Amino acid sequence: MHRQPALDLSPPVSDEVRQTTCYMCACRCGINVHMKGGKVAYIEGNRAHPGNKGGLCAKGSAGIMQHLSPARLRAPLKRVGPRGSGEFQEITWDEALQTAVDWLRPLRETAPEKLAFFTGRDQSQSFTGWWAQAYGTPNWAAHGGFCSVNMAAAGIYTMGGAFWEFGQPDWERTKLFILFGVAEDHDSNPIKMGLGRLKARGARVIGVNPVRSGYNAVADDWFGITPGTDGLFILSLIHVLMGAGKIDLDYLIRYTNAPYLVNGEDGAEKGLFLRDDAGTPLVIDRRTDQPAPWNGPGVQPDPGAEWQGHRTVLHHMAARYLSRDYAPEAVADRCGIPAPRIRALAAELARVAFDEEITIDRPWTDFRGQRHERMIGRPVAFHAMRGISAHSNGFQTARALHVLQILLGSVETPGGFRFKPPYPKPPEGHPRPHAGHSPGQPLDGPHLGYPLGPEHLLLRDDGSAKRIDKAFSWENPLSAHGMMHMVISNAHAGDPYRIDTLFLYMANMAWNSSMNTTEVMRMLTDTDGNGDYVIPRIIYSDAYSSEMVAFADLILPDTTYLERHDCISLLDRPICEAEALGDSIRWPVVEPDRPGHEGVRPFQSVLLDLGHRLGLPGMLTDDGSPQYRDYADYIVNHQRRPGVGPLAGWRGADGTQTGRGAPNPDQLQRYIDNGGFFTDHIPEGAQFFKPWNAAYQDWAVDRGLYDAPQPYLFNLWLEPLAKFQRAAAGHGSHQPPDHLRARILETLDPLPIWYPPFEETHLDTAEYPLHALTQRPMAMYHSWGTQNAWLRQIHGHNPLYVSGQVWLEHGFQPGDWAFLISPHGRIKLPVARMDALNPHTVWTWNAIGKRRGAWALSEDAPEAEKGALLNHLIHELLPPRGDGQRWANSDPVTGQAAWFDLRVRIEKAPPGGPSQPAHKAQKSPVGQGPTRLAHQTKA
Amino acid sequence: MHPAPSLIAFTVFSGLGFGLLVFLGLGLIQPVGWSAFFWFGLGYGLAVAGLAASSLHLGHPERALKAFSQWRTSWLSREAVLAVAALVFMAPHAAALTFLGQPAQGFGMLGAFLCLLTVLATSMIYAQLRTVPRWHHWTTPAVFLMAALTGAALLTGIVPLAQLLLAWLALALVAHWMLGDLRFHAAGSTSETATGLGDRGRVRLLEPPHSGRNYLMREMVHVVGRRHALKLRVLALAGAALLPALLLWLWPAAIPAVLAAIMLHVAGMLAARWLFFAEAEHVVSLYYGRD
Amino acid sequence: MTALPQSTEKKLGLVIDLDTCVGCHACVISCKGWNTENYGAPLSDTDPYGAEPEGTFLNRIHSFEVTPPDAPPMVVHFPKSCLHCEDAPCVTVCPTGASYKRQEDGIVLVNESDCIGCGLCAWACPYGAREMDAVAGVMKKCTLCVDRIYNDNLPEIDREPACVRTCPAGARHFGDLGDPGSAVSQLVAQRGGIDLMPEQGTKPVNKYLPPRTRDRLPEPPANLAALCEPSTEGLSGFLGWIDRTLGKI
Ligand SMILES: Nc1nc2c(c(=O)[nH]1)N[C@H]1C(S)=C(S)[C@@H](COP(=O)(O)OP(=O)(O)OC[C@H]3O[C@@H](n4cnc5c(=O)[nH]c(N)nc54)[C@H](O)[C@@H]3O)O[C@H]1N2
Ligand SMILES: Nc1nc2c(c(=O)[nH]1)N[C@H]1C(S)=C(S)[C@@H](COP(=O)(O)OP(=O)(O)OC[C@H]3O[C@@H](n4cnc5c(=O)[nH]c(N)nc54)[C@H](O)[C@@H]3O)O[C@H]1N2
Ligand code: SF4
Ligand code: SF4
Ligand code: SF4
Ligand code: SF4
Ligand code: SF4
Ligand SMILES: [Mo]
Repeated sequence: MHRQPALDLSPPVSDEVRQTTCYMCACRCGINVHMKGGKVAYIEGNRAHPGNKGGLCAKGSAGIMQHLSPARLRAPLKRVGPRGSGEFQEITWDEALQTAVDWLRPLRETAPEKLAFFTGRDQSQSFTGWWAQAYGTPNWAAHGGFCSVNMAAAGIYTMGGAFWEFGQPDWERTKLFILFGVAEDHDSNPIKMGLGRLKARGARVIGVNPVRSGYNAVADDWFGITPGTDGLFILSLIHVLMGAGKIDLDYLIRYTNAPYLVNGEDGAEKGLFLRDDAGTPLVIDRRTDQPAPWNGPGVQPDPGAEWQGHRTVLHHMAARYLSRDYAPEAVADRCGIPAPRIRALAAELARVAFDEEITIDRPWTDFRGQRHERMIGRPVAFHAMRGISAHSNGFQTARALHVLQILLGSVETPGGFRFKPPYPKPPEGHPRPHAGHSPGQPLDGPHLGYPLGPEHLLLRDDGSAKRIDKAFSWENPLSAHGMMHMVISNAHAGDPYRIDTLFLYMANMAWNSSMNTTEVMRMLTDTDGNGDYVIPRIIYSDAYSSEMVAFADLILPDTTYLERHDCISLLDRPICEAEALGDSIRWPVVEPDRPGHEGVRPFQSVLLDLGHRLGLPGMLTDDGSPQYRDYADYIVNHQRRPGVGPLAGWRGADGTQTGRGAPNPDQLQRYIDNGGFFTDHIPEGAQFFKPWNAAYQDWAVDRGLYDAPQPYLFNLWLEPLAKFQRAAAGHGSHQPPDHLRARILETLDPLPIWYPPFEETHLDTAEYPLHALTQRPMAMYHSWGTQNAWLRQIHGHNPLYVSGQVWLEHGFQPGDWAFLISPHGRIKLPVARMDALNPHTVWTWNAIGKRRGAWALSEDAPEAEKGALLNHLIHELLPPRGDGQRWANSDPVTGQAAWFDLRVRIEKAPPGGPSQPAHKAQKSPVGQGPTRLAHQTKA
Repeated sequence: MHPAPSLIAFTVFSGLGFGLLVFLGLGLIQPVGWSAFFWFGLGYGLAVAGLAASSLHLGHPERALKAFSQWRTSWLSREAVLAVAALVFMAPHAAALTFLGQPAQGFGMLGAFLCLLTVLATSMIYAQLRTVPRWHHWTTPAVFLMAALTGAALLTGIVPLAQLLLAWLALALVAHWMLGDLRFHAAGSTSETATGLGDRGRVRLLEPPHSGRNYLMREMVHVVGRRHALKLRVLALAGAALLPALLLWLWPAAIPAVLAAIMLHVAGMLAARWLFFAEAEHVVSLYYGRD
Repeated sequence: MTALPQSTEKKLGLVIDLDTCVGCHACVISCKGWNTENYGAPLSDTDPYGAEPEGTFLNRIHSFEVTPPDAPPMVVHFPKSCLHCEDAPCVTVCPTGASYKRQEDGIVLVNESDCIGCGLCAWACPYGAREMDAVAGVMKKCTLCVDRIYNDNLPEIDREPACVRTCPAGARHFGDLGDPGSAVSQLVAQRGGIDLMPEQGTKPVNKYLPPRTRDRLPEPPANLAALCEPSTEGLSGFLGWIDRTLGKI
């Protein structure tokens, strides 16, 4: 009796597919945008793209809702109500640009440092930095300082690259993969794909994380560590491995500074390497038992040597890490991991690294000229992110993890961790930071860089910081990404000096990207005795009606990601893979269209326009006309060094050159024709051992990644830190302020150490017994996913997950609410139980809570009623301790914001919302979204 | 399950209407002329109003005719077909009594039979659902049939029969509740079978798929507090059966007592029907942390 | 008619790997995107920017916590869409014939132009795989992307469901579960794929691969030094070990 209708099984899918790059997050996946009738209809992953290979995450798939979002800004806005109110008037682009010029021109001519230009998850940092340099302000950085500079800096300083965009596990070959503190990361899709590949091969995945969700949920083994103790845990693994002799000695001798002799003599040189007259570090040559330059011909270094009281790096390491202080039994309670589990993990590391060694038959030649017939690999790979880096001991913890990888010999070997071009690149290969400014002049060099000693700090003669964020000062000398999270509070305090204009791009600083949000909103609206705002002017570029928009005086509305040119450049954070160089573009698959309004313009083009109007060098031609028509023109024609520009593909007038070559007028079209990206494979023999592989070094020079081969050794011992310690001990002409000496001596150790997160030494842990964390939800990007009608159904509010232990202790019931209290404040939010959680930890999803009235949502949206922001509990300064100092809640080495040091206590709250603090609504400059959606694009 | 007013009204009033038509068709009362017009009007009115209420619940009532097509497999389709058939075949009997003052007994008997089948079909829409173990049981048709006939007996004021049926209805309701309480467990569906993770350990919903609500939760994941449910059961039982029985016992011939009994019965059945839905647990609730 | 076909030529369906699913919701949204543009009425959302946003989705991810008696609790992300049951109760209850199971491949579909939106099929489904669209007033369910898998307008490699194509972790597999030799059937056999709620008698075609055993990292030997030569403990032991090892390099 069965009957069924006839179906059209081959309906038309779309009229056209346009291939560009996603920007629902910073992962930069390739997308196919299906178009119907000239409109965006459906977005899927680009199978040919090296990063996502066709896969697409929830955010990427929801791109159409971002593109059609009712929260999109429509025209430049001028503030007409008080700051924070959201009362604006739409103005023309002419008026907007003229206003900006009227504010910025006099500043440049008198005091360019009074412009602070900070950009958020900007994917054009090499461009915005270049602009700021031309303007002449020292005050530019992107968001890395509050994000993960600990990871980046520890990686660069230790081994010339870190996890994340710098490198990746050898997904194809690794047999044991260990994830430390990762919920999602920037490599969102590649990590998921990698995990899938490991699972398909039956390789073991281990998660070290207080919370067992997401990636950690699929991990075969889970270590529910107590937050902030990973450093200790890792050093304990090192203790066990060294104690068992399970380290790769050959690798350490060849590729690291393990055999270098460290000066052991008390005085100015203590802790620095012993060097010969040419400045070359010395090792003990086993043939003679005498010092010899490490790279001398035929030298056979002895990594365990001691000579006249000077010991090698490895000797120092053994002396430190073999101590019982690092024994599993000694650290187990502190880390919340039983000692046998620590030993089990160490044994597994040793077993896989050494007993399951893999070899690939690919001959290669190292920088010493020695040929190796095979590539020997240790198939153990790690990945880590903010779980270890967003702590005040994060730099040293990230160092410890890199050192562990190196001891196992698994960096840049098959099955281990592999760099992606343009990495590896040692600290010496990066610039030093610059802040030399004078009226009307460009800055004396790039803003950010990697200091190699106290002489590279950016300090005025009186010892105060040259930069408004106090980056590269004694408080956080290696703040390689700047410290965006300090800008507003420093500018408000006028410390180190007052500024005039705060220019922000793509960062929701009035909300989820600030610590102490309520106070930041107050600082932004605070007035002086004359009734003028303490921060006189704020210019902001956003694409949507975010919380930050309400606090700006002038809004430069950006397009959405489908409406503009971008380049994902080798000068920035490209899309390379361990086996290939790659970069990509975005291009306007649809034209920006805001009927009835002045319209939006791509911010980079606006910045070029501003630069031209301001007469910035490089932005106007000799006849005064704009140097670049728009950003697309810049992408094609700008040259950073001769022949090297934003894009590496299809260079040269005829498009035949790669990496280096003259600008090619057809370059963008070539990218579009190729699906929006470019890849160039590294020759097989150059794919491993990159820092030391002559073939790789030559290839990198050829592609313009370096100007000359730059092989280097990994820094187990980090000499620049020893230099800071020497200064703190009173040696040298660059001296820290006295109150910082002890801290520098303690924390800037040239070998990885662990110390308790600062916050817990500044408060009574009995009063605040719990750790409070946030995690990235995979289906939501910070604050900006909330306007997305599909995604906000998945994460419309965020309960606080508490461990079963806390749940029972406080007698919580389903549906209950709680107060979460830190020394800085109190929030109220719903609670839920989770047992797969470190018992002393509570957590919630990051950035789901919203201010009323933002994002074109109704004022009673769940994001405001039941959404809570942990940021209200986190202060940029630590609780006062009675020593007269307010210490920053940041890592003492890099200044990274210590989001995850937060300590709290929990109390049962009266049931029901709204969540607290409940801020007054901001007025929406774009109205409110429609009451129903059933969008189908018609051909 | 969501106790939708449209469905409560549908089942209670159409049941009442068809029950009344059964009585009329069987000739248990045999009004003629205007009186017949009134009684059949009442029967048809209740039945049709109930059916109309049920169409409120449809996304596309204008396509309702399509629902007549699947009588071979679908109880809902059967119900539609039977309802129409019952009303059609009853019509000659109704017309004969109204206009000719005499029954068309053959049609009456057939109509009555179809009316009974309609009520049965209505109950089978629910009783067939394995996904709702409380409904998936003989007590469901028993309650529906008893309720329809009891209401009819009350409406028609046939007191001794009403007394008998009230007792049966009470038994059916109590059986439906008491046995119903065991059904979910007996059906064997648990979070463990729903997820297939039972061999690993205790399974508990950590995060629902979306932070907000959805159709499934609104429709099928309804929870009534136990204490609340017990109170309502007592009220429903008292209203639908016990109090009417008491009234009829005390004042068997008093019209006001019969009227009061009818009102109480209908109110009680509405409450019982609310509970019928609200207390019914759908197995999908296992995916939403309700077990 | 809403009678089920006696048998189907193929049993197309999904195999979902609970060991690999990270709970990213990618499949949820790509499904929403594809099916909003294709098969039948768009999947709507009501109050999308308001207090109670609620929309139609054909695939949703639940997260469960499982607490074994003797190991740490684990979390399992659990995708769920229509399982295209062989004995699909949703089909036989349908009064209009709108719900049907395709004879050629076993896909269970709703013919929207016949659907009166009575909701009964959703009640009949044990798995919550059907959702009534609030705007269109018709029943929505996973179509197994019937408008993709045979679509000549798509490159051959893309003729698979949108959710499978997008899943970054590769936790979703599509194929003919009626053919014991197919890759999906093999996977099910290898990994002990299971049915959800077998007691409901629906005979689902989709299968779930259970998570592998967790938290069984081998306990190390009591004396880890047994892993290598003795006497590396302590600084002097370590330096001695270096000496001996250097001899071998
Ligand atoms: N509690 C807690 N707080 C945290 C963190 C945490 O883990 N816990 N993490 C921190 C980290 S690592 C980071 S990176 C920050 C992130 O914090 P933010 O960088 O502030 O993140 P978003 O919310 O993404 O804000 C970016 C802004 O860019 C806007 N935008 C989006 N697309 C475009 C576009 O195309 N053009 C323009 N011009 N604007 C656009 C958005 O509308 C939004 O207003 O949060 C930090 N805050
Ligand atoms: N979907 C999505 N993707 C994103 C973002 C987003 O908002 N949404 N944001 C992007 C940005 S800006 C960033 S910086 C990256 C960040 O990516 P992740 O580093 O993955 O960031 P978080 O989600 O903050 O995750 C931190 C993890 O560390 C764990 N953790 C916290 N403290 C500790 C600890 O002391 N030890 C250990 N071992 N673990 C700990 C937390 O439980 C959490 O799982 O993600 C990027 N990708
Ligand atoms: S991870 Fe998702 S949001 Fe980010 S770029 Fe890739 S597809 Fe887009
Ligand atoms: S899963 Fe539900 S909707 Fe799908 S075939 Fe089975 S019973 Fe029908
Ligand atoms: S809702 Fe539509 S498909 Fe479902 S049973 Fe009713 S008519 Fe059939
Ligand atoms: S097969 Fe197609 S319709 Fe079904 S869940 Fe996957 S994407 Fe959605
Ligand atoms: S896309 Fe894949 S990994 Fe993500 S939720 Fe769906 S099945 Fe799981
Ligand atoms: Mo970040």
